Amino acid sequence: MSENYTALYEQHKKAGASFTDFGGWQMPLKYESELAEHHAVRNAAGLFDLSHMGEVWVTGPEAAAFLDYALVGKLSAIAVGKAKYSLICNVDGGIIDDLITYRRADDNFLVVPNAGNAKVVAAALGERAAGFDVVVQDASADTSLIAVQGPNAEAILLKLVPGEQHSLVTELKYYAAVEVSINGEDLLLARTGYTGEDGFEIYIPNVDAAGLWEALLEAGEGHGLIPAGLAARDSLRLEAGMPLYGNELSRHVNAYAAGLGPVVSLAKESDFVGRDALTAIKAAGVGTTIGQKLVGLKGTGRRAARAHYSVLKNGSLIGEVTSGQPSPTLGYPVALAYVDVEHAEPGSFVDVDLRGKAEPFEVVPLPFYKRQK
Amino acid sequence: MSKVVAELKYSAEHEWVAADGDGPVGIGISAVAADALGDIVYVDLPEVGSTVTAGETCGEVESTKSVSDLYSPVTGEVTEINDAVVGDPALINNDPYGQGWLFKVAATEEGPLMSAEEYAAANGGEL
Repeated sequence: MSENYTALYEQHKKAGASFTDFGGWQMPLKYESELAEHHAVRNAAGLFDLSHMGEVWVTGPEAAAFLDYALVGKLSAIAVGKAKYSLICNVDGGIIDDLITYRRADDNFLVVPNAGNAKVVAAALGERAAGFDVVVQDASADTSLIAVQGPNAEAILLKLVPGEQHSLVTELKYYAAVEVSINGEDLLLARTGYTGEDGFEIYIPNVDAAGLWEALLEAGEGHGLIPAGLAARDSLRLEAGMPLYGNELSRHVNAYAAGLGPVVSLAKESDFVGRDALTAIKAAGVGTTIGQKLVGLKGTGRRAARAHYSVLKNGSLIGEVTSGQPSPTLGYPVALAYVDVEHAEPGSFVDVDLRGKAEPFEVVPLPFYKRQK
Repeated sequence: MSKVVAELKYSAEHEWVAADGDGPVGIGISAVAADALGDIVYVDLPEVGSTVTAGETCGEVESTKSVSDLYSPVTGEVTEINDAVVGDPALINNDPYGQGWLFKVAATEEGPLMSAEEYAAANGGEL
């Protein structure tokens, strides 16, 4: 059951959205056509309400050292103004969440967890902060997040930014963030996204979110901008080969099996939660030379694999699909699945049990879709 | 609200049936079902000449978001299928009661069917 509504709920209702529960939030699934929304993001631009995502501020003289301890990456290495994708793990190496961390100052970081995990992550960070000179503050309830994604995102955004600040936007690198005046307010603007396209994410206090949403829609007129829901967000991220917590990531999978080994910094000097377990997992080759690993699958027919379908080889169970659907951009079914490592080489063929009928799928490298730069 | 057409009969599995005098009956899926599925990108229909049985699966309808079995609302021989929807499944979303029809059956028996009023009341459609 959804307990939470974003500050943009009325905007979505007015736009005719169908809603779905996601992570305890009542979110727009689609407005008119999720396919049209998907294609708009690939070819023009889409506007997303991501206010269900969490925002946790970590501040204090030991903020960097604390995040090095609490997360698996080396967050102290992020330059001010840059961001890093990371994981927060349990002592046993299980993934509590995947998240993006922005360094806003030497002693100030913004951690962005997934909606359904925001409270758990904030609590875990709070617990892990014991002994560090930091303050962990969960601002999720007061903060909205609006994303403009697609090749026209920059042009649309620039219409709301004063001319003297245009270069801050045009020169902003991927996985970086800057304070910019947008629609007359100084806001945190990040060049990040979950769609495989160029795009921006804007953090804004709840009270101002509706005004910015309307202003962006107006600025997007003539640029093909339409509001896009979670259905399009899911198909876009799947084509881009990006994992979704709850599908590909959970407390029961490890970073190496999920293809996120490079996110784990065993080389950093400091201890971190999960280090011993992850060191052992890596040494044993779990998810790389033994066990199962996450792969991309490409359907040879028209029928799509869906989450939880069985993956077979010669009739024997060798894995399970975690996400799958017909790819709107590519025109064939794509899926992510955990399969036994001996069948995980790109070029291998496996079968997916599509409701009683085994259909061949090819293991292919990820991502399925990569934009032309 | 999804439209429900008064002249048709409906199964609990969201198929509509159009009686056309003594000839074969037309079958499709309701706007309620099409809207719930989302953008339909693939449809698998029974073959012409095959026999379908009321209440049993005879194909499937797949959208970007999900997949749903197609249940025949009647028993009989399939006399015709709509090749246009196989080529362009979006017709089902755009015109579920018209160009988005799926197949025709020389029906010997009907499964349990509802009137438009009953179907709309049970499924939140709009007459």
